[in-house]
Amino acid sequence: MKEQDLISVQLLCKRYNVPNSFIEKLQEYQLIEVIVRQEDFFIHVAQIKKVEKLMRLHFDLNINLEGVDVIYNLLKQVEDLQEEIKSLKNKLNRYE
Amino acid sequence: MSFIDYYKILGVSKTATEADIKKAYRKLARKYHPDLNPNDTVAEKKFKEINEANEVLSHPENRKKYDQYGEHWQHAEEFEKAKQQEQSKGSYTSSDGYSEEDFSDFFEHMFGGTSSRARGGQVKFRGQDYNAELQLSLQDVYTTHKRTLTVNNKNIRITIPAGVENGQIIKIKGHGGKGVNGGPNGDLYIQFSISNHTNFKRDKNNLYVDVDLDLYIALLGGEITIDTFNGKVKLNIKPETQNRTKVKLKGKGFPKYRKEGQFGDLYVTYYIKIPTNLTTQEKELIKALQNIRK
Repeated sequence: MKEQDLISVQLLCKRYNVPNSFIEKLQEYQLIEVIVRQEDFFIHVAQIKKVEKLMRLHFDLNINLEGVDVIYNLLKQVEDLQEEIKSLKNKLNRYE
Repeated sequence: MSFIDYYKILGVSKTATEADIKKAYRKLARKYHPDLNPNDTVAEKKFKEINEANEVLSHPENRKKYDQYGEHWQHAEEFEKAKQQEQSKGSYTSSDGYSEEDFSDFFEHMFGGTSSRARGGQVKFRGQDYNAELQLSLQDVYTTHKRTLTVNNKNIRITIPAGVENGQIIKIKGHGGKGVNGGPNGDLYIQFSISNHTNFKRDKNNLYVDVDLDLYIALLGGEITIDTFNGKVKLNIKPETQNRTKVKLKGKGFPKYRKEGQFGDLYVTYYIKIPTNLTTQEKELIKALQNIRK
């Protein structure tokens, strides 16, 4: 993993004006992966979009983290199912 | 531009308290939030309406102005323009959410272009992600090619790799909405809608085609020429080929996505064509054949 692809949790929290404990909680719920480098905490930039989504669910909609965890996993399932439907529809086109 | 009844949108009465409005907003936002309704344009529209209604009714200044002028919004410009700006109402970005562009003309007219959602000036925001659909034919995606798209009045030249699938989404990094305060631009997501007007059916990299086969060639064997997706090929037909026999032509299918020079297979199904309008002589000969078989 390249160093430049990592963003420090401290900086992230400052930018988004959220407490560090929020990121810690997300890690606790295994919703994001926090990387430790020389005693500092980082997340991969590819996860930022996911973090933003989790922030919106928690802060905009006032959903507690247990709820965010459930919603996030259900949304993932919906996404997987939609992918499967898309693939099956394409397969079905063969028989039309 | 017409009057928008924000109370109706939130389902509250004109005498609703701030707490009632907050409660109604939260309930509706949870139902229609874009994160909970991905790719649902109806929910997205509804969410924008709810959000706009909340912007007005949850801020006493805005609500007062709205209540005072409401349906007579054309005269609202006389209203005192100075408005308290809420400085720190959460500072995270909304890449899948809404932007100020999403407010109605009615809102813009009454409350100006800047909503109270404006956040601290030093915070960087990532731009909004854009979604677009691109209609292509099966022939179009057989080869890698470049295409120019117009997104938000900007021309973007993109490479469409051979083998993209119907419904597939590709991300064009940085071509979404402009970032705010030096934040990164959002991304552009393009979904491909591929129409197929050929005789070929496609399943991922494989193609399927039905071919009519002359009865006598099926019986005695022979050679036929068929169309593949990119040209003609000659096929040897074995004697006594049965109806619906399937043969695989390796590498004659569709290009594999992002695997240059690699192709799927073409599956040909033979449908034996029974001759019609038989002459007397033909009937006699076939009867003779029938008798031999008895």
